[in-house]
Amino acid sequence: MPLLEIKNLSVHFGTPERPVVAVEKLDLAIDAGEVVGIVGESGSGKSVTSLALMGLIDAPGRVSADACSFDGRDLLAMKKRERRKLLGRDIAMIFQDPVTSLNPCFTVGDHLTETLAVHEGGSRKALRARALELLRQVEIPDPERRLAAYPHQLSGGMSQRVMIALAIACNPRLLIADEPTTALDVTVQAQVLELLLRLQRERGMALMLITHDLGVIAETAHRVMVMYAGQVMETGTADDLFTHPQHPYTEALLSALPENNVGRERLQTIPGMVPGAFDRPAGCLLAPRCQYAQARCQSERPALRGNPPCQVRCHFPLHADGIKE
Amino acid sequence: MIAFLLRRLGVLIPTFIGITLLVFALIRLIPGDPVEAMSGERGMEASRHAELLKEFGLDRPLPVQYADYVYKAVKGDLGRSIVTQEPVMREFLDRFPATFELALCAIIFAVVIGIPAGILAAFKRNSVIDYGVMSVSLAGYSMPIFWWALLLILFFSVQLGWTPVSGRIAIEYDPQVVTGMMLVDTLLEGDFEAFRSALSHLILPTIALGTIPLATLARMTRSAMLEVLGEDYVRAARARGLSPLRVVGRHALRNALIPVITVIGLQVGTLLAGAILTETIFSWPGIGKWMVEAIHRRDYPVVQGGILMTATIVILVNLIVDVCYGIVNPRIRH
Repeated sequence: MPLLEIKNLSVHFGTPERPVVAVEKLDLAIDAGEVVGIVGESGSGKSVTSLALMGLIDAPGRVSADACSFDGRDLLAMKKRERRKLLGRDIAMIFQDPVTSLNPCFTVGDHLTETLAVHEGGSRKALRARALELLRQVEIPDPERRLAAYPHQLSGGMSQRVMIALAIACNPRLLIADEPTTALDVTVQAQVLELLLRLQRERGMALMLITHDLGVIAETAHRVMVMYAGQVMETGTADDLFTHPQHPYTEALLSALPENNVGRERLQTIPGMVPGAFDRPAGCLLAPRCQYAQARCQSERPALRGNPPCQVRCHFPLHADGIKE
Repeated sequence: MIAFLLRRLGVLIPTFIGITLLVFALIRLIPGDPVEAMSGERGMEASRHAELLKEFGLDRPLPVQYADYVYKAVKGDLGRSIVTQEPVMREFLDRFPATFELALCAIIFAVVIGIPAGILAAFKRNSVIDYGVMSVSLAGYSMPIFWWALLLILFFSVQLGWTPVSGRIAIEYDPQVVTGMMLVDTLLEGDFEAFRSALSHLILPTIALGTIPLATLARMTRSAMLEVLGEDYVRAARARGLSPLRVVGRHALRNALIPVITVIGLQVGTLLAGAILTETIFSWPGIGKWMVEAIHRRDYPVVQGGILMTATIVILVNLIVDVCYGIVNPRIRH
């Protein structure tokens, strides 16, 4: 049984009469200790998926799913209180912008001891010792002094390390990292990613890594899910997906990577934009931007075909022999 | 923190100079001169006029008069009332506790009701509660104090007979003056009947004076709270499994209070201005009523001294508020 199992998850915003689709019929399963990458452009529904999973979508957003279970427990049927107990303890999340994700009025130590106190309790002294230990684990230099520091006194990389310390404070079994390195300097990005992966290996956490950086995914993920405009376009093992992309969108993302463009005058790009709320095409959502699009793609929306872990949503997959019906 | 305090104190000096200049200029701006103004419509012989000018020191050059005025003011000498011949400072100190008691109750009333109402409105935004709080506070903010005070008296004192119409305490009680605040003095004497009487006299003036600050605070708290509730750190706090009470009451409120505290400080000015009307309507023997009477009697030293003292209080309160601001907001301190 997978650690996390989501079936048919949809998230809508806007009014019921004019709903805006953010995530459409998404299935996702993550095993214990597995690293799953979710990639896609901005606006493809990656972050909304993770927020829905955390129960952090507020009205007017609406979340529906056939199943959403963690460790065999149904998250949707759970009382709010019960679900909150899981958050921060069994499921933790780190966000894109670490600097604004820390409360400016509280010290690093306040943040850590509060989370520990809420989920595990203990004496002040014990909590402080635990907080100190956590800062050491995320390799923050001079941790005693950092405990008393306010967020505005930390650099971006340091803030993200604090966010990671907060996330791993109660030994979660699933860590959701939503673009954990996007807001950081390039030199710091690699360090933070390395830290995340080391912690993942040491603790056997499952890691859901959301990013638009395919390079990051290639190095880290076991499995990959490619999203576009709220839909899953392709899933597969990292090896398969990067060597034999089935979906034209995956192929286009790969060919847009700078490292695949060495020696060219210009970077390859994908023409056009992700469809907006009210201009979703009738057929395949990618059709207006797809270089292989045919008449059928304009009129008929493809379904997700194949068996996990390799699935693709395309009428004309690039390596059709790889798809088993 | 000490450097922060010193900086704030440094800013006080030019502000104080500005106020004394204004107050000093005020009395010189009257057509003619103060002696003429005081003599009213009856004429005065030229020799008597010159004599009085000399007596008040008004024949000296303006800079000398100003320096003399500031020097005396700093020592606490604000001159004597023309009507009573009492020192202005003593008259002020006699009446100030009454105003202080009233203003303190009004600000407590505004904070205790306004801030929770604002939080509630933000937390339940776009609900009936939110619209209710916002429309009531808009109405409260828009109502002229004198009219609102009269309505309160008509309804609670005249129609229902629940509260007295005016004054600070019923005539049969005469607590010994220790702090000058009736609530405290009656308690010090252990006279609970007198305390009840003082309290019942305070209720309506407190509501009349506190309504505008209350409305301002409720609206301010709501908008500050709404802004903070949309911040990343609030979402991150929720993602750590903290309860809504903790997220709103600790993480969001702490940040939302930063602008609200500044507004509380600014309300002190509003309160002292409002006290003039409120005290007049409720015959409350404080500095507001004292100054209104002084204006009627053309008692310029009293008006001058009253303005100077009121302005100084507003400045000092805002200094205290700034210090509190530094305590709440770590980004200011460092």
